[in-house]
Amino acid sequence: MNLPNPAELLPRMASDLQAHLKARAITEPRFVGIRTGGVWVAQALLEQLGESAPLGILDVSFYRDDFTQNGLHPQVRPSELPFEIEGQHLVLIDDVLMSGRTVRAALNELFDYGRPASVTLVCLLDLNARELPVRPDVVGATLSLEARERVKLLGPAPLTLERQDLASPA
Amino acid sequence: MPTDAKRPLQLNDQGQLRHFLSLDGLPRELLTEILDTADSFLEVGARAVKKVPLLRGKTVCNVFFENSTRTRTTFELAAQRLSADVITLNVSTSSTSKGETLFDTLRNLEAMAADMFVVRHADSGAAHFIAEHVCPDVAIINGGDGRHAHPTQGMLDMLTIRRHKGSFENLSVAIVGDILHSRVARSNMLALRTLGCPDIRVIGPKTLIPVGVEQYGVKVYTDLAEGLKGVDVIIMLRLQRERMQGGLLPSEGEFYKLYGLSTQRMALAKPDAIVMHPGPINRGVEIESAVADGAQSVILNQVTYGIAVRMAVLSMAMSGQAAQRQLNQEAEELN
Repeated sequence: MNLPNPAELLPRMASDLQAHLKARAITEPRFVGIRTGGVWVAQALLEQLGESAPLGILDVSFYRDDFTQNGLHPQVRPSELPFEIEGQHLVLIDDVLMSGRTVRAALNELFDYGRPASVTLVCLLDLNARELPVRPDVVGATLSLEARERVKLLGPAPLTLERQDLASPA
Repeated sequence: MPTDAKRPLQLNDQGQLRHFLSLDGLPRELLTEILDTADSFLEVGARAVKKVPLLRGKTVCNVFFENSTRTRTTFELAAQRLSADVITLNVSTSSTSKGETLFDTLRNLEAMAADMFVVRHADSGAAHFIAEHVCPDVAIINGGDGRHAHPTQGMLDMLTIRRHKGSFENLSVAIVGDILHSRVARSNMLALRTLGCPDIRVIGPKTLIPVGVEQYGVKVYTDLAEGLKGVDVIIMLRLQRERMQGGLLPSEGEFYKLYGLSTQRMALAKPDAIVMHPGPINRGVEIESAVADGAQSVILNQVTYGIAVRMAVLSMAMSGQAAQRQLNQEAEELN
């Protein structure tokens, strides 16, 4: 199975997102990308939408549920949210949705900044491997991989997807 | 698991922090990682909810055999901001005064199932002793031991310097006052040298400068004016009044006259030099009020940075312990 080209997915994602926001009468959404891949997708999506709104950046390292197993990522950088969260309609953007744990961590972090009015989830890829009830509102493509396979987004420009096999040596 | 000479007690098999006892021997990369992680935690302190869930469900026990307010409070805040449960025991006023040994106190604390102890003790080496004897899953953080080390103070001083001066490569740093008794001075000298500071100066009366201090790669000055010339950073140390009785100095007044930092003397340093002090400050003894409260003073910033540094150290040590557990488990499965 070939991996899709992100550049081909983004126009439809932008149009789906516009339709989604319109249906919910959301006029001034705030965009937040999850570091690192989610930020790249968010930047590309904002470009598609012709939006110049400031982009919030979340680093969810301090909120991961696997800290006791995997420890702290050595290159944690602070989250940057250049707008209020309280009462705002947020569009949360990530590159690959797999277990749903990153999105859970992101939601926990966002709620520590305030109580948003709503959160719309946008993902470039859904790997159909959710372990939590987390489903994107807008998705570029859904793939089903073998258990040993992963997909990585390379960027920031151009955005490309790379298949990784956990069984093969690095 | 026994430690060997090549692997200091405070690092795990992968070179990650497991205990935090001293800056002696820690590699530059690890010190930089602590500073980078602390930088990220600074942002947490600016949020409406000043908490992250990293240490949720963990218990941090602050064991203070020696009085302290600032260090104890910032360790408490750091642990609370990581969502840990925190107990603080002022042992100096309880068990040990009733005759209990350090070893017995330790065993009792272990039985409370704490995951981490922050230890302050008047005896040099107490934190090392505890780390050697505690059960292997428990992390020990040195909150100051005798004249030996105060590694988190050292790292918060380094974070202060890095945030105000950018890097260490071209800096002149002066450490002024009671070098002899100061664990802060020792930790700072070690950290500055490891981080690549090319010009470290210690300034004080001969009686308060330890013999052989040059081994830390520092230049010794007994004349304050000479030592302050062109420096970027001035770290003033607390002159402990209790030590004035020991015959090392004639009087507080005399000390201030010769080694006190006044506005006039500040002019000898670079115009953008910063002034630091681990606190509590003795106004008019080691520093003039106008300097302590002046535009170049970063003394209160140090307190804020201290919380972030302690958050970084607590989380990194807990993470290093977890990694070691995982390694031990994998080794057992292989056997």
